[in-house]
Amino acid sequence: MDAAAPLDIDPLLDDPKTRIVVCCGSGGVGKTTTAAALGLRAAERGRKVVVLTIDPARRLAQSMGIDSLDNTPRRVKGVEGDGELHAMMLDMKRTFDEIVEAHADPERARAILSNPFYQSLSAGFAGTQEYMAMEKLGQLRARDEWDLIVVDTPPSRSALDFLDAPKRLGSFLDGKFIRLLMAPAKMGGRAGMKFLNVGMSMMTGTLGKLLGGQLLRDVQTFVAAMDTMFGGFRTRADATYRLLQAPGTAFLVVAAPERDALREAAYFVERLAADTMPLAGLVLNRVHGSGAARLSAERALAAAEHLDEDRGGEDRGEGRGENLVDGRIVDQGSGKAEDRGTGGSSPEAPSPTGSEDSASQDSAPEHGVSVDRLTAGLLRLHAERMQVLAREQRTRDRFTALHPEVPVAEVAALPGDVHDLAGLRAIGERLAAQEETAGAL
Amino acid sequence: MSRLQVVSGKGGTGKTTVAAALALALATEGKRTLLVEVEGRQGIAQLFEAETLPYEERKIAVAPGGGEVHALAIDAERALLDYLQMFYKLGSAGRALKKLGAIDFATTIAPGVRDVLLTGKACEAVRRKDKHGRYAYDHVVMDAPPTGRITRFLNVNDEVAGLAKIGPIHNQAQAVMRVLKSPETAVHLVTLLEEMPVQETADGIAELRAADLPTGAVIVNMVRPHLLDEEAVRGVTGDRRKEVAKALTRAGVTGSAKLVTPLLQEAAEHAERVELEREQRAVVGGLGLPVHELPLIGEGMDLAGLYRLAAELRNSGVGSK
Repeated sequence: MDAAAPLDIDPLLDDPKTRIVVCCGSGGVGKTTTAAALGLRAAERGRKVVVLTIDPARRLAQSMGIDSLDNTPRRVKGVEGDGELHAMMLDMKRTFDEIVEAHADPERARAILSNPFYQSLSAGFAGTQEYMAMEKLGQLRARDEWDLIVVDTPPSRSALDFLDAPKRLGSFLDGKFIRLLMAPAKMGGRAGMKFLNVGMSMMTGTLGKLLGGQLLRDVQTFVAAMDTMFGGFRTRADATYRLLQAPGTAFLVVAAPERDALREAAYFVERLAADTMPLAGLVLNRVHGSGAARLSAERALAAAEHLDEDRGGEDRGEGRGENLVDGRIVDQGSGKAEDRGTGGSSPEAPSPTGSEDSASQDSAPEHGVSVDRLTAGLLRLHAERMQVLAREQRTRDRFTALHPEVPVAEVAALPGDVHDLAGLRAIGERLAAQEETAGAL
Repeated sequence: MSRLQVVSGKGGTGKTTVAAALALALATEGKRTLLVEVEGRQGIAQLFEAETLPYEERKIAVAPGGGEVHALAIDAERALLDYLQMFYKLGSAGRALKKLGAIDFATTIAPGVRDVLLTGKACEAVRRKDKHGRYAYDHVVMDAPPTGRITRFLNVNDEVAGLAKIGPIHNQAQAVMRVLKSPETAVHLVTLLEEMPVQETADGIAELRAADLPTGAVIVNMVRPHLLDEEAVRGVTGDRRKEVAKALTRAGVTGSAKLVTPLLQEAAEHAERVELEREQRAVVGGLGLPVHELPLIGEGMDLAGLYRLAAELRNSGVGSK
C-alpha cells in the first residue's frame, strides 16, 4: 500500500500566513500535549504564540511552568530563541461573564449574572464549553497580539459537537423559540398574555408544567435581560466559524494508531471536508517502531521456543503431554468417522522436547538467569512489539486507504509522560522529523 | 450487589470495552443485563459486531450459561419525547415543540436536562419490573461519560432539582438521585497504568466521594504480560552480549550480531515502562477501592477478546459483591 505523504510541520508553523492551528481528535490521544508541543516549537522558531488549552492535565500545565493556567494568557518561561510562548486555560464561566459584562450595562449585567438559569448555563452544560472555546478563539484573534494561536478542542462527546455547538447555541439564542419565551416578559407578564395566540400559550404552559413555573420565569427573565446581546452571539458564532474556514487556519486531527481513535479521526476528516475547513493533516501519536523489524514476530517466537526446549524444560514437556492427551480424548469422542482425518496426527508416544541437538543447559548461572532464558525473554518481548507494530500498521493502512490525501506525521511512543519543556521540545522534534521516523518503521 | 453499574474512565482507557465485558460477566447463569450507551457513539454496536443500535432495547449477545445481554443507545431527544408522551400524552404538541426548537433547547442547551433524561432512562430500566414483579434486568451497566465529567453527569439531577424547585422535572430528578446515591449503584473507573489516567482516576474518586456518589472498583485495563526479568536485562554487557548473540544463532536467528543492540534497546524501554507501571500500580493501590486488572488483548479487541475479558471480570468478581 502507498504510504501517505508525510506531514511537514515546520513549514506550516513557520509560514507567517498560518495564524491559527486547531488540534482536534477524540479523548486520550494526546491532543493537549500535541497543542503545547506545537506551540513551543513555533515559539522557538521565532513566532509569538499563544496556546489555548481547554482542560489540561495538571502535569501538562506544570510542564509549561505554569501551575494554574487561567483565563488570561501567561508567558511561559524558558523558551529558547526570539519567539514567545503564552499559555492559557479556558474558563468558560469567566469567558461568558466577560461577554455579559462587555455587552450589557452594569445593572443589566448584574441581573444576568445573578440569574440562576444563567449560572447553570455558564457553568458548562452541553455546548457551553464548545461555544466559549470558539468565543475565546475569536477574542484572541481579534486582539491581534499573537502571530499564531494554537487551540486545543474540548473533549466532546463526539466530533460533531465542537463544530456544531457554537452554531446551535447561537441559533438558539436568537431563534424563534427564545422570542416566544421572551414574549410574555416583554409584554409585561400576565397582562400581555392575552395577546398571545393559543399555540404560544400552550407552549409556555407545557414548558411551565415540565420545568416548573419558577424555572420558566428564571429562563424568561434571563432571556429578557440578554435580549440586547442575542444578535451579538449569533454574529460572533458566525464570524468564528468563518475564521475557521479561512486560509490562515490549519486543522490538525490528532489520533493514536488504535482502531477507535482512527475511526474518530476519519470521521473528523470527513466532517471538516463537509464544512470546508482547511485540514493540514493527521498527527499520529504513540507509534511504535523497532530497530529489529526484519525479525518477524513468528520467527522470534519460534526461536524463543527453540531456546526453551534447549533448556530441557520438563515443565514444558509435561504441558505438551497433556495437550496430546486432550487431543486424544477429543478424537475418540468425535467418533470413528473422523479416523481418516486424525490418523496422520494421531500421537504415538508423546516425544516432546529437545529431542534434537545439544540440550545445552544453563550456561551462566552466576547471573541468576541463564542466557537462554534471557534471550528467549528478549525474543518474546520483540515478538510482542512486532505484533503491536503490525496491528498499528493495519489500522493505519485502513485510514490511509480511506483518506489517501491526508498527510500524516507520526510521533514515536514515549515510555513516560511529559513533565517539562524539554519533554514538549522532544515531542516537537519528533513531530517535525518525519523522514527519519518513516525510515525507521 | 449493585444493580446499576456505571463505568467511566479517561478517554482512551477502553471504558466502553470494559462496560461491555462487565455486562457479559454479569449475565452468566441465566441472568439478564442491559448495557446502555449515553454518548451516541455507537461503540457498543461496533464491539459486538452488530448493526447500529436504535433507540430500543434489543438482545445483543448471549453469555456463557444462557444469560442475555441487551443493549440500548439512549437518545436524549427521543427520551424527552417519550417522557412527554408518557406523562402528558403530547403526541402532536411534542412535534410542535420540536419544530419550534424547544426540544433542541431542552436536550442540548437547557442546563442539565439532557443528563437528567439520560440518567433517568437508565434508572427507569433499573427499577422496571415485569408482570410477575421480578426485575426486568438483573443488572444495568452504563457506558458513561469520561472521568472528567462523570460526577457532573451523575450529579446533574441535584443541580436540576435545585434549579427547578417544583414540577415534574424536579420530581424526576429527585427520583433519579435516590437511585444513583443508593447502594444499588456503583461507579467503576477504568484506568491504564500511566500517569495521566491514574491522576484523573484519583481526582475522579475524590469528586465522586465529595458528591456522595457510591464508588465501585478501579479497573486497570490493558495490562501487559510480564515477559522478562528486568534485572537480567541490566546485566547484559560485554561478554554477556556475545553469549546472547550466540544463543540467538543457536535458536536459528540469522544475522544475530546486529540484532542484540536493538533487542536490548526494546528490553530497556520495556524495563522503563515496567518501572513506571510499578509506581502507578502503587498509586492505584492507595486509592482505597478494590482494584482489578485486565490483560491487554494483543491481537486487538474483537468479540473473542471481549468474552475473554468478561471471563476475567467474572473470576475477579467485579460488580458482584
